[in-house]
Amino acid sequence: MAVINIKSLTDEKPRFVGGHRLCAGCNEGTIVRQVLLAAHEYDVVAFNATGCLEVTTSVYPYSSWGVPWLHEAFENTAAAASGAEAAYKALKRFGDIPEDKKIKFIAFAGDGGTYDIGLQALSGAMERGHSFLYVMLDNEAYMNTGIQRSSSTPEFAWTTTSPVGAAKVGKAQPKKNIVEIVAAHGIPYVATASPSHYVDLMTKVQKALSYEGPTFLAVYSNCNRGHRNDTGDSIKVSRMAVETNYWPLYEIENGKYHITFKPRNPKPIEDWLKLQGRFAHLMKSGNEDKVAELQQWVNSKWELLQKKEEFSNSL
Amino acid sequence: MKVALETNQLIALAMKQIEPHVVAAYPITPSTEVVQEFSQYVANGDVRTEFVPVESEHSAMSACLAASLSGARVMTATASQGLAFMWEMLHIAAASRAPIVTIVANRALSAPINIHGDHADSMGARDTGWLQLWAETAQEAYDNTIQAIKIAEDPRVRFPMLVNYDGFTTSHAVETVEILEDDQVRNFIGSIPKPQYSLLDTEHPTSFGVLALQDYYMEFRKAQAEAYKNVKDVVLEVADAYAKLTGRKYGILEDYKLDDADVVLVAMNSAAGTAKDTVDALRKEGKKVGVLKIRLFRPFPVEEIREALKNAKAVAVMDRAYTFGGPAGPLFEEVATAMVNQNQKPLLGDFVTGLGGRDITTDEIKQIFDTGYKALEKGAFEPLVNWVGVRE
Repeated sequence: MAVINIKSLTDEKPRFVGGHRLCAGCNEGTIVRQVLLAAHEYDVVAFNATGCLEVTTSVYPYSSWGVPWLHEAFENTAAAASGAEAAYKALKRFGDIPEDKKIKFIAFAGDGGTYDIGLQALSGAMERGHSFLYVMLDNEAYMNTGIQRSSSTPEFAWTTTSPVGAAKVGKAQPKKNIVEIVAAHGIPYVATASPSHYVDLMTKVQKALSYEGPTFLAVYSNCNRGHRNDTGDSIKVSRMAVETNYWPLYEIENGKYHITFKPRNPKPIEDWLKLQGRFAHLMKSGNEDKVAELQQWVNSKWELLQKKEEFSNSL
Repeated sequence: MKVALETNQLIALAMKQIEPHVVAAYPITPSTEVVQEFSQYVANGDVRTEFVPVESEHSAMSACLAASLSGARVMTATASQGLAFMWEMLHIAAASRAPIVTIVANRALSAPINIHGDHADSMGARDTGWLQLWAETAQEAYDNTIQAIKIAEDPRVRFPMLVNYDGFTTSHAVETVEILEDDQVRNFIGSIPKPQYSLLDTEHPTSFGVLALQDYYMEFRKAQAEAYKNVKDVVLEVADAYAKLTGRKYGILEDYKLDDADVVLVAMNSAAGTAKDTVDALRKEGKKVGVLKIRLFRPFPVEEIREALKNAKAVAVMDRAYTFGGPAGPLFEEVATAMVNQNQKPLLGDFVTGLGGRDITTDEIKQIFDTGYKALEKGAFEPLVNWVGVRE
């Protein structure tokens, strides 16, 4: 596995091209380009759950995909990848494709397609041990249908189905920890990433692809329409998610935790919240306790993560 | 070679002989044994198939679809709630022109939950775009399974196909059947024709499952509708080739004593056998009765039905499923639509029988024929829909 060299990677033929209909400032295209560039040494077959990425990149008769690409439905991307990977193994065994043909399978899905409706198919595929990388683009709500809450939406965030009113202050439940759920399957490689830390992201893609068996990458994906931030601020918001420890960058490799970026002086959660209109109500007086609660949530998760790193490496 | 096996085991044997690249399946009564027996062939190393024991039927069909689009020969088995759970993916598989063959041991749908024979599952799939073959006996289920592969994968077809037989009545019955040798089966079906586009062809990347809006969606649908026109010819070609190999000749329909029949019963799956026995008994009493058995239900053989029923005076359609709130049972609606606008057409009546595995007896079938004769006297089936063998 080579060290990521962005300059030389820009010479590679892009396998995901512009002309798609992702919103201005959307991070999904950026992330997919980073993932496919990191995978440039391999023949890749991609899968896509129903969602923003799928509908905007495959508008017939156009396609942004320079690799074979399959969209079946919303909840079954991991099952689709399972089927293609099974076919790949069988076709080799039957001698119908050459034994030395090497393909890497990469599935893309959003948080709705992963945390919620696709969780069963994901868990099944991980347990069965199919060899593919599952990249989850986490924009923390159902953005394609118009910003509805998912189990990935952070507590107190406004969405169209967790609105803010006299009786409710946005989403009532904290964000589900999908990374730990996936890691509990005992698969070889699970990691988080952010497009703001692209070398880290691309290194993790290469690491994941170096393994046989299922691997998982959770990528923070700012959605300016849903998070209510300026279109030019997507990377800034992503970086702030990392620097506040809201979205820590780490990997779990064969059960061992490794935090790949430790902010020297973590910024207060408020610095990330205030960039996004979905938390505007928390910036009003009277909601200080909610901000403190979120800060506490971040702190305890960060502390636990560090302890897991320490403990898993002591084994 | 003759063997005596339970039909589910027999179908697993047919699958072993077919040796698909991929089988992705989930257990459900009464089709479980098909997959269970097949997984033993995998464990024994008798087949090179990649068996994917998925976590749900929805994932079974999702995995089958991706495998099929990768150029693999793909099979699965299910029933009832399992087929219902696949419903979303059934449409996508057909529209994606993925020639997956799915074995269905037909079973009732919940609620109340019931594991026995009934056609509600595959009738519910009638608008999904899947081809459907139906079988009266274990022999037919075996023969249809092998023919289904060749029909579905034919480049003129490339549609997925359901191979139906009745849950328990057929699936768990032991019959002596004539089977082929493994190499006869493999020579007959040949290799799966190479698809024009494959998901694994990284040299020629293709996007599958794209978004088509107001400007193209309707053309996609029309193209799909046109392609079904090829199916009947291929079904007959495959049947001819199979007859040459086995001596067993299949058509799209099976006529039983129809030539001079005044009252005809239309049936599918195992009840057709009971109906034929009843016809034999009634013929001894001098009654001109016959049976029309439907083997190919999708695409629905409109012309063949018209031809088969052109001399009938009264036609009783047996529905082993019901369309709630509809005009009649699903098979009746199909037959009636086939006969509409014909200058000469028989009286038509619907008979709902055998739901949830209730026995369909010769007495009940006699009663249906009697009702047919009464309709001839009265000039109509009154009522149009008759529930047979049910406590009121």
